[in-house]
Amino acid sequence: MAAERRGKGPAARPLALTGARLLDPASGRDAPGGLLVVDGRIADLGPGLYGDGLAPEFERIDCAGLCLAPGLVDIRTQLREPGEEHKETIATASEAAAAGGVTTMVCLPNTDPVIDSVAGVEFIARRARETRRAKVYCYGALTKRLEGKELVEIGLLAESGALAFTDGLQAVANARTMLRALSYATAFDLLLIQHPEEPSLAASGAMNGGELATRLGLPGIPATAEVILIERDLHLVAITGARYHVAHVSTAAAIAAIARAKARGLHVTCDTAPPYFALNENEVGDYRTFAKLSPPLRSEADRRAVAAAVADGTIDCVASDHAPHDQESKRVPFIQAAPGVIGLETLLPLVLELHHKGEASLLALLRRVTAAPADLLRLPQGRLARGAPADLVLFDLDRPNRIAVERFRSKSKNSPFDGRPVQGRVLRTIVDGRTVFAADAPAR
Amino acid sequence: MTVADRPASFVYRRRHLLGIEGLTEGEIVGLLDLAESYVEQNRQTDKKRSLLRGRTLINLFFENSTRTRTSFELAGKRLGADVMNMNVSTSSVSKGETLIDTAMTLNAMHPDVLVVRHPDSGAVNLLAQKVDCAVINGGDGSHEHPTQALLDALTIRRRRGRLEGLLVAVCGDILHSRVARSNIHLLGIMGARVRAIAPPTLLPAALDRLGVEVFTDMRRGLEGCDIVMMLRLQTERMQGSFVPSIREYFHFYGLDYDKLQVAKPDALIMHPGPMNRGVEIDSEVADDIDRSLIREQVEMGVAVRMACLDVLTRTLPPNLPVNGS
Repeated sequence: MAAERRGKGPAARPLALTGARLLDPASGRDAPGGLLVVDGRIADLGPGLYGDGLAPEFERIDCAGLCLAPGLVDIRTQLREPGEEHKETIATASEAAAAGGVTTMVCLPNTDPVIDSVAGVEFIARRARETRRAKVYCYGALTKRLEGKELVEIGLLAESGALAFTDGLQAVANARTMLRALSYATAFDLLLIQHPEEPSLAASGAMNGGELATRLGLPGIPATAEVILIERDLHLVAITGARYHVAHVSTAAAIAAIARAKARGLHVTCDTAPPYFALNENEVGDYRTFAKLSPPLRSEADRRAVAAAVADGTIDCVASDHAPHDQESKRVPFIQAAPGVIGLETLLPLVLELHHKGEASLLALLRRVTAAPADLLRLPQGRLARGAPADLVLFDLDRPNRIAVERFRSKSKNSPFDGRPVQGRVLRTIVDGRTVFAADAPAR
Repeated sequence: MTVADRPASFVYRRRHLLGIEGLTEGEIVGLLDLAESYVEQNRQTDKKRSLLRGRTLINLFFENSTRTRTSFELAGKRLGADVMNMNVSTSSVSKGETLIDTAMTLNAMHPDVLVVRHPDSGAVNLLAQKVDCAVINGGDGSHEHPTQALLDALTIRRRRGRLEGLLVAVCGDILHSRVARSNIHLLGIMGARVRAIAPPTLLPAALDRLGVEVFTDMRRGLEGCDIVMMLRLQTERMQGSFVPSIREYFHFYGLDYDKLQVAKPDALIMHPGPMNRGVEIDSEVADDIDRSLIREQVEMGVAVRMACLDVLTRTLPPNLPVNGS
């Protein structure tokens, strides 16, 4: 697999990170200390690590008291390769990921061709190895060509490295297909990920159903389209005992349904993306296509419910939902515009917003983008622990910054967050002990 | 009438007319007053003025239309503008590209006013951002059709003397109707009370938040109304998905004398056209010369569009000689 071949280049010098504020959500650690990287793995860490001084052969990075956390594990990105390389490539997305502190990303299978074969999974793995920045994994399609009919060879794809299975931005509409998929997946203990939208209710909709959609004359997608599909699936999960994950939850009703299922002991998890707790439907304003998402941006009450669920852990993970689109996909009438926003370079600062607004604790927020997604996909990264891959992000928690899309590495620029003032800046990103990104400015 | 003769009291300070929402009462009154003067002009033998001489008006229609396009064409010609009609097919998959590309192409020909109709809500706003000339929304998707609301308002005002305090029922396919939205905004701004009457499947979400009273029972909704505005039901929406049948729709939501009884005895009837006789409106009601304003609406349409062209060209940069001045 992609990750295992990394860091096996010429033996690098041990890397000593000193004077850091170590933040590890997996262990609950938030304390000053240092961290030692040997052969791409975390060899040791703690407050007294360099008490006897550094060995001369160590490469040293002085963290100057700034935050050192596990690199972000982004469990939903669209990398557009193969098929739409004019929007993004694995190489450009990896640059963007590194700049955003993301050290692991998992891409959706909605490429062209669709990742519904072993060859497709192997293609992504090979491109990821060549890129050597962020670690890249993929999901396999759940049904062939994402048509919602025939199951993909999910057992074989899992063996070749697909981390879970999903039809990407399409919900599996047919209940019988979903039941069979969930049932079959239990044989291999595989995770299925659902796009939560009842297609017949969401069809032809362009934004959240409500007053603004009525004013703009745009067909609305009712908030109930989300919870209806989730409720249906939860009954199927209860029958099969399968592992089920809901992607980008956007409504209070869906969160409540998932919380009830968790309380019943079902193997259910979910994630959301920053737009769903940082923005609401009003962002659409005068037909701003950069604010067109799937699921759509919701009401302010839903936005607050999503933020609260990120804080309390009902929402397990936060993913960037990186969806690059070129100008031709967005400079069209709203109803024709492609949904989605880029997110790799805004994930960390937007998650940190909830900390700065006092809505969630720092460690809880970091857990949503590190240990929780890594655990969900059974990856060893996402934690500061001896033996774990040295995937790290060094960031300044407080430094004020303004999101500037023109500085983004991503090939596409479709972000509704351009110009937004944020706090929290990535200064250095390390993958398997190698620095893959260092901010221009010195770490103070 | 020359530039100097135009009433100077009213200046429309926007570059475009994209919708009624956001306009002020003063702007609407100003447009209606100006349109009033054009009604008289249009009834003269010599209808032509040279106010817009040298100006170019392009009707850019991405959707079929006869009456709106003709109305704008006539309005432009009566003011002395050069008028060109462009009908653009939207059948190709890349219609978004066509929109921006067409806008840029036309822009390069230096038109002064573009009248644009497009099947997608917001498309005219998008186009307006890309061109240097004034843009009039000739109807975009289910969003707005501002000149229709203005002509409806002028028609009502001429018959009733005012808009404020009137009780107006807007009936039919409100969900898909840009005419309904523009009228709801305009009547609200002008202080009329608006009722929306439709089966629940043809009512958009949270319609009450636009300041209207919502009724699904037409007889209750029409009670005491001064004005009854009927909307066209698009045939493709009648087949089973929004309403079960034309017969059932007409039975419950078609305007006939029986249902009209509960409205005020002198209630007036309007329809933006084209009508589906026997679907949303009974033929006898539609042709009732005492109550139906349908033909008058068409007449007012030309005058209102002349007023819109007039005010929008006033704020255009005067780099083209007008009347030799």
